[in-house]
Amino acid sequence: MNRITSTFSVLKAQNKKALIPFITAGDPEPEMTVTLMHLLVQAGADIIELGVPFSDPMADGPTIQRSSERALHHHTGLKDVLTMVTEFRKTNTVTPVVLMGYANPIEARGYGNFAMAAKEAGVDGVLIVDYPPEECEEWVQQLEDQKIDPIFLLSPTTPKRRMEKVAKLAKGYVYYVSLKGVTGASHLDLVDVRNKLAEVRSLISIPIGVGFGIRDSVAARAVAELADAVVVGSRIIEEIENSTRSALLDNVNNLVKSLRTALDEINGTITSDSEC
Amino acid sequence: MKIYDLPDKHGHFGPYGGTFVAETLIAALDELLAQYQHFRDDADFQAEFAHELKYYVGRPSPIYHAKRWSAHLGGAQILLKREDLNHTGAHKINNTVGQALLAKRMGKTRVIAETGAGQHGVASATVAARYGMECVVYMGSEDVKRQATNVYRMKLLGATVIPVESGSRTLKDALNEAMRDWVTNVENTYYIIGTVAGPHPYPMMVRDFQAVIGREARVQMEEEYGRQPDALIACVGGGSNAIGLFYPYIEDNNVRMIGVEAAGKGINTHQHAATLVTGRPGVLHGNRTYLIQDDNGQIIETHSISAGLDYPGVGPEHAWLKDCGRAEYVAVTDDEALSAFHALCRFEGIIPALESSHALAYAAKLAPTLGKDQLLLVNLSGRGDKDMTTVAQQSGIVF
Repeated sequence: MNRITSTFSVLKAQNKKALIPFITAGDPEPEMTVTLMHLLVQAGADIIELGVPFSDPMADGPTIQRSSERALHHHTGLKDVLTMVTEFRKTNTVTPVVLMGYANPIEARGYGNFAMAAKEAGVDGVLIVDYPPEECEEWVQQLEDQKIDPIFLLSPTTPKRRMEKVAKLAKGYVYYVSLKGVTGASHLDLVDVRNKLAEVRSLISIPIGVGFGIRDSVAARAVAELADAVVVGSRIIEEIENSTRSALLDNVNNLVKSLRTALDEINGTITSDSEC
Repeated sequence: MKIYDLPDKHGHFGPYGGTFVAETLIAALDELLAQYQHFRDDADFQAEFAHELKYYVGRPSPIYHAKRWSAHLGGAQILLKREDLNHTGAHKINNTVGQALLAKRMGKTRVIAETGAGQHGVASATVAARYGMECVVYMGSEDVKRQATNVYRMKLLGATVIPVESGSRTLKDALNEAMRDWVTNVENTYYIIGTVAGPHPYPMMVRDFQAVIGREARVQMEEEYGRQPDALIACVGGGSNAIGLFYPYIEDNNVRMIGVEAAGKGINTHQHAATLVTGRPGVLHGNRTYLIQDDNGQIIETHSISAGLDYPGVGPEHAWLKDCGRAEYVAVTDDEALSAFHALCRFEGIIPALESSHALAYAAKLAPTLGKDQLLLVNLSGRGDKDMTTVAQQSGIVF
């Protein structure tokens, strides 16, 4: 069993929901990324989504685009991101790491070459935003050869027949985009999410993560009632962006802990941290 | 019988094109494809499109024989397809009329567009006014500064211009921002892409609307010269004016097709936009095509004196025509384009757009190497009124 699947089954046994924070590798500077990854785990992350910086992140809002720009300012490339994962794995062999990014850095590296290097670094899943199911047969094959999970997006506008297609390809978990728009937007509609997730569950058996537009503990808790995992990205990036360097780690730690607490409250399994 | 039938049903031109977008855009593209396929074969739609091209755009655009310039160059005869005489001064309007008519039939009340130099923005604002739709144009904040006249033109036409502050603050960033708007507002909004790039069906649809250029040319050449030209020459940024001229000639193997890219300050300087000449295949803005990129797959900022050619990608059909050898792609520098710009002003009394001046510059290189009986058909894709400030600056003149 790979790290993603075992993480979800352990959580399920404990009746808990997965917290998946997203940060961009190399933001605010490459030297901080591995430290931040360990900190996310200590604060309660179950899986880490690590963004691969790209010059033209079309599906992201301004917050994540700025984080990409900061990382690119330090020339953080795909190769550097894999080095960071290797470094992280030296002391953490448990927490799944999912790379999230855009097609062109992968195209430049080559599918097979990338998949091998990612496996060696200790990557567990990859989500390439602009590889929809129609365009990724060979890509998925290369990932599967290396036992890396291909993660796919589903959206409020995804029709049933596409979900069936995704159900055949996706491994690990699927990522349901909770609103029409880009990352960091703020108009989350819980009724919509509830209705659509019921349909997703009837077609897809692997865990469902929900993200886009989850900005605080209240939203995180509400989404956790419906999904198996909650993905929080832009809100954490904002914390990184707005913190002084000396307060950055503390601020991110507090934010992620508050999200963890919120997720655990729904099952009445309040952790000891929640009293702080 | 038609042999060339690309793209395939998934929008692929060989390995290029396709639909490389986030899941959030798929439904919108599916709807667009279904509606376009329906109206493409709809007689009423085609009749209205033809009517608008004739009475609103002012088509057909003539083919003009540049006799004095040809004589001066001392070789092949240079013929100009006068897209510069269209309403709004360029070929862009052919496409925006087509897409606006489609948007109207799809029940969309709001159109959005991206623009670099502002030409496609103006063409979009124009048709939005003509058909009574709200129009929002995204434009890099750098371009907003450089193209103040076109920004004002769009505002006069009732459009809202939104300066984009992200990335390099130019065309590609405007395109990113327009995509984001579309994802968010897809229910009432139609996204008018200005060139033969982007996800399927845009490269096919924009080509089909622009192909009026080549279809007219075939008829006019036969009527006026009794034969087709020996070569077609057109500038290539995204490549819509070039594909519009080339497409009806693709199966006509006796006609050379030459696309001219912007070599900027030289293709060895890193300050150019010669995507097909210097780039490598990759994925950007929804399709697989040649791109100007670094070793890590990051997109590099481009340069051209002509804002309309200043783009790091190119339409996927051009990528395919290059690989299969049907079309040739070359690049000319800013200086060569400027020199052709001045030549056309002085020899023919026509002020060409800086984009089109790239095609003219290559024609000026090629013509003297060929016999006087050879015919070169150059797409004069736009007029140069918009470029007065840029050209004056090159001569040290500030208005």
